[in-house]
Amino acid sequence: MQIISTDVVVIGGGGAGLRAAIAATEADPALSIALVSKVLPMRSHTVAAEGGSAGVVREDDSLEQHFHDTVAGGDWLCDQDAVEYFVRHCTEEMVQLERWGCPWSRKPDGSVNVRFFGGMTVQRTWFAADKSGFHILHTLFQTSYKYPSIKRFDEYFCADLLVEDGRVRGVLAIEIATGEMVLFACNAVILATGGAGRVFRQNTNAGIVTGEGMGLAFRKGAVLRDMEFVQWHPTCLPGTGILMSEACRGEGAILTNKDGYRYLQDYGLGPLDPWPRAKAMELGPRDRLSQAFWHEDNKGNTIQTPYGSAVNLDLRHLGEKKILERLPLITEAARTFAGVDPVKQPIPVRPAVHYTMGGIATNVHTETAVAGLYAAGECASVGIHGANRLGSNSLAELLVFGKVAGVRAAQHARSVRPASAERTARQADATATRLVRLIDSERGERTVTLRDEMMDAMEAGVGLFRTVNGLKAACAKLAELRQRYRRGVKLDDTNRAFNTEWLAAVELGAMLEVAEAMAHSALWRKESRGAHQRLDLPTRDDKRYLVHTIAKSGGDGTPSIKSAPVTITKSRPGARVYGGAGSKAELT
Amino acid sequence: MTDTRTIRIEAVRFNPETDQEPRRQSYDVPFTPDMSVLQGLQYIKDHLDGSLTFRWSCRMAVCGSCGMMINDTPKLSCETFLRDLYPGPVKVAPLDNFPIQRDLAIDQTGFLDKLAMIKPYIVAKQDKPLSEGTFRQTPAQLEAYYQYSQCINCLLCYAACPQFGLNDQFVGPAALSLLQRYNLDSRDVGWSVRADVANADIGVWECTVVGYCSEVCPKGVDPMHAINENKVNSALDYIGLKRLVGGR
Repeated sequence: MQIISTDVVVIGGGGAGLRAAIAATEADPALSIALVSKVLPMRSHTVAAEGGSAGVVREDDSLEQHFHDTVAGGDWLCDQDAVEYFVRHCTEEMVQLERWGCPWSRKPDGSVNVRFFGGMTVQRTWFAADKSGFHILHTLFQTSYKYPSIKRFDEYFCADLLVEDGRVRGVLAIEIATGEMVLFACNAVILATGGAGRVFRQNTNAGIVTGEGMGLAFRKGAVLRDMEFVQWHPTCLPGTGILMSEACRGEGAILTNKDGYRYLQDYGLGPLDPWPRAKAMELGPRDRLSQAFWHEDNKGNTIQTPYGSAVNLDLRHLGEKKILERLPLITEAARTFAGVDPVKQPIPVRPAVHYTMGGIATNVHTETAVAGLYAAGECASVGIHGANRLGSNSLAELLVFGKVAGVRAAQHARSVRPASAERTARQADATATRLVRLIDSERGERTVTLRDEMMDAMEAGVGLFRTVNGLKAACAKLAELRQRYRRGVKLDDTNRAFNTEWLAAVELGAMLEVAEAMAHSALWRKESRGAHQRLDLPTRDDKRYLVHTIAKSGGDGTPSIKSAPVTITKSRPGARVYGGAGSKAELT
Repeated sequence: MTDTRTIRIEAVRFNPETDQEPRRQSYDVPFTPDMSVLQGLQYIKDHLDGSLTFRWSCRMAVCGSCGMMINDTPKLSCETFLRDLYPGPVKVAPLDNFPIQRDLAIDQTGFLDKLAMIKPYIVAKQDKPLSEGTFRQTPAQLEAYYQYSQCINCLLCYAACPQFGLNDQFVGPAALSLLQRYNLDSRDVGWSVRADVANADIGVWECTVVGYCSEVCPKGVDPMHAINENKVNSALDYIGLKRLVGGR
């Protein structure tokens, strides 16, 4: 086993990981930083984010309003201290990206332009056409070349965290090209591994969004918070789940049912006119829009497609010029993947899983329960999203808290004495042996069989609307799948070099645990709040459930779920009001 | 969906642990009209042969992972549809001009070294505290470099480039486009630090203006144009005259 000693290991080369690595090296250029990713950084899922990133910049906007939109949008399950820190630091991160070359869309006078986004009172979403994530990621990736102390390990798959006496001491990784084991001995680790949307079948996520970073931390003593809150994005292509960005609606697109009727007015999001209005109709939050779709579908008001029912996302009235200028990616994707030209036809869309709002519990400093282990981005739950994340808060999150993680990890790495690499290596050997044995398993089922059953169980039981019976069935199924997984999976590929079937099998083990944490957390929460909707318990219950869920690993058994308080500083829980309360808006 | 047909996919296989030479293997894949070549490969991996190795991720033509030769043309497999290749067979192979790592996966490290060479970041003309906000950049100034910022690093252009095929030291279309992207940015003054690479014999002068790179680019970046702009500039640099585009 190769041993590489370094000060800080960043796992994940997406937006959060790159921002963290840059922050760590800027905080202390003498530190050595290993950026370890299972793909080349520019393939990370940040690349697929479309709409934009929030940051208060207009004169008619304020940090207070961003705070209140976020907290209300999250159905008061947000940690308000974290939200306050977040809104205060978004804009400087957007400016920093501008300095690093991000091609933000501009107004005629050369200042940056901002657009509307669902659930936001005013225009505060910075955008680079509808390729915001792509440009942010490539800007960060290319900028990282400026810093010699960031050493990249592209296409290394992290398989285990090495923790001794409650402190993180290293990372065990597989060099994908060769299948060789590599131990990174270090004092601080930043997890920036993204979400877990791939535990569901219809999702907007890239194939790599498999949640094993959460799984790694979970097994080693970190806890997963608010895992029941899974975000469905209301406008995705049926079948593939490819995202039709909220930016469409930010620019003025409308949603209609099979009769051409704008049905959102029937679900507390009206009135219809004048349009557009902030926080009304199509500019309502994602949970409400996705749930409205479900009701329309039950009423038989949807269009039938081979991949499930759909409604129409209609951009035509925006005109070809604006569509091509502001939404070029959407136009291209709709033409290629749905065979629909948005300039001339509405796009059939339906909800699909989009974002993991819960994650590895951290405080506002991105510290987890394990000393020296930090988490940022979608894999983390720093507490700003609560029960429903507002669009354009996640790109901002990975920048703001990616930076915090980098700075904190750098400080930590400097402050502790290095551990004995030999001792860490002994621990790593045990895992390495187990991993290699997985390749040669003579018995067991195919990874794909277990994966497909997991996805079906999640879609059926832990979907947009949940019931106690459905959740119990999902929990039982996931326990069964984990047991079958432990009996072994059978691989066709018995080679070490670039064995993606092997890596998928390792990923699946973590996915099953993360899925189980989602299902058990959802079963525990006996109320409806934000994205967590229980048909059997349709109301919000602040008396008993204005709390986070905390899932703790049960090893090979089921996870245990308990509650933790929500930090409330200045916004007392109120009714989430959309529609008529929104003010008239002018799109620029 | 009822409209299911079957198509044969012939994939190049190469296992560095056991094979001396690449070989071909055929698979019969049922497909529906909406299925891409990538989905065909995923079908093979899930149901026929778990050892077939290829890269993919976003499956919506933005991450740049799934480039490969499809019937001898460099393409993103996620946006190439089996229906358009029927009745087949469909030949899939790793991108031309790169060493094979395993099956359809190529070794990309050479390209990453070239990215480092061109210094792909803003060399700032001026600085001010973040609290003073952004610099101004008019839509016209943005437009000047925007096309070149669209590169997804999928490497189709390198597979299409005959010069890169002859000389793998050639910095090549994607990296030279990115070089021009930064040179053209109104916030950047780094052209002089990038000039050595642009003017070197492995830089723009290696390009023989075949233009196939621009033809296969899935994002309309037009690398040949970027390279041509730099040929002019490189020549003007040489005789000590002002550059025509970029390099303020």
